[in-house]
Amino acid sequence: MAKRSLFQEFSKGIIKENPVLCLVLGTCPTLAVTTSAFNAIGMGVAATAVLVCSNAVISLLRKVIPDKVRIPAYITIIAGFVSVVQMLVKAFAPAINASLGIFLPLIVVNCIILGRAEMFAGKNPVLPSILDGLGMGVGFTAALLCMGIIRELLGSGSVFGVQVLPFQILIFILPPGGFFVFGMLIMLANKLNTRAGKKVKTTPCDGCPMAKNCADKKCADMKKEATVNAD
Amino acid sequence: MLIKSLVAVFLAAILTENYVLSKFLGICPFLGVSKKLNTAVGMSVAVTFVMVLATAVTFPIYTYLLVPMGMEYLQTVLFILVIAGLVQLVEIVLRKYIPSLYNSLGIYLPLITTNCAVLGVTMLVLQKVDSTTAYTYTYGHALVNAFGAGIGFLVAMVMFAGVRGRLESADIPKSLKGLPITLVAAALVSLSFLGFAGFVDKLIPLG
Repeated sequence: MAKRSLFQEFSKGIIKENPVLCLVLGTCPTLAVTTSAFNAIGMGVAATAVLVCSNAVISLLRKVIPDKVRIPAYITIIAGFVSVVQMLVKAFAPAINASLGIFLPLIVVNCIILGRAEMFAGKNPVLPSILDGLGMGVGFTAALLCMGIIRELLGSGSVFGVQVLPFQILIFILPPGGFFVFGMLIMLANKLNTRAGKKVKTTPCDGCPMAKNCADKKCADMKKEATVNAD
Repeated sequence: MLIKSLVAVFLAAILTENYVLSKFLGICPFLGVSKKLNTAVGMSVAVTFVMVLATAVTFPIYTYLLVPMGMEYLQTVLFILVIAGLVQLVEIVLRKYIPSLYNSLGIYLPLITTNCAVLGVTMLVLQKVDSTTAYTYTYGHALVNAFGAGIGFLVAMVMFAGVRGRLESADIPKSLKGLPITLVAAALVSLSFLGFAGFVDKLIPLG
């Protein structure tokens, strides 16, 4: 990998390697909390805070954590920060806490955070890791906001709670609408990526943080399958 | 009455509150390993097993350890560690004593630690525990709910594997190929599950 400047570490997460639309990580919160633009921002900011803090700490500890137990160690660090963020949100933004519900503590198992720990923070110095976390967080927030605005506009006819459309298509804020809008956004991202001449990701396994653990078995087969399909 | 409410909890977890299709938990494996029927079934069985086991352990820990000591804020950290430890333990035990089962399920186990459906099941069930109402969840309800959630996951995965099998041979516009069409198909499957809304309440009225 060519050496990147600090600004590139930050900016790659926003468009080029957008965690949601290009790497297809963190799909659960993307689908679940984007029923309104406000929820999307709340989730995005909470996840970004956890991502920046956990990337910083994991990067600091990268020489101390033994390789064999790194995944449990990362999860413990991430869970600690998630608890902190959860308490802060409960205390200062109870409305967001109520609407995000279970998905706030579930940031622990958000693949983006573990994925960045495994792929970036565990191998790089502190400053680039923080910027990488910030960039990925902003990219995550931007993708969520995009979905949130589309779904809120079509599903409740409003943007940020301000009524703009005279009609509502309720299905867009129900689960099927989430899957559908997400599919359309991925299609758009794929289209733009192919136009720019980049390889399109075909299985969610490619960006999966656990792929290494199962690399010799299932994931390898799936990757093989994916490349065959791509040809 | 107890049996009736247990059945209601079980059916609700499969149909009306399906963890994948209406709560958006466990989407990664849903999209990742639903390509072939046998891997879909293997993954679901492993998930069901871990869900029930995790609930069996975390429910008493929360009720008898964290609540009396006023440490509910440790829930997230403790639960994820318990699940991670449990998954590791299951893997070791299976490898040693039931190698045939390990060969078919073992490959899915490391992936389950970070499956949000498992953590979601153990946490969501605690929100239903409210000793001031008559509809509070007991330990039995929690276990049945976890089992139902696993079966719901299995149903969604198996149905979706069938849909994807059909998609393989379909003529799809180039930009939609791969993940986008899979998500659109998931939207339609999820739409069909919306049809179950209110089904359990009507069938078995509680109270």
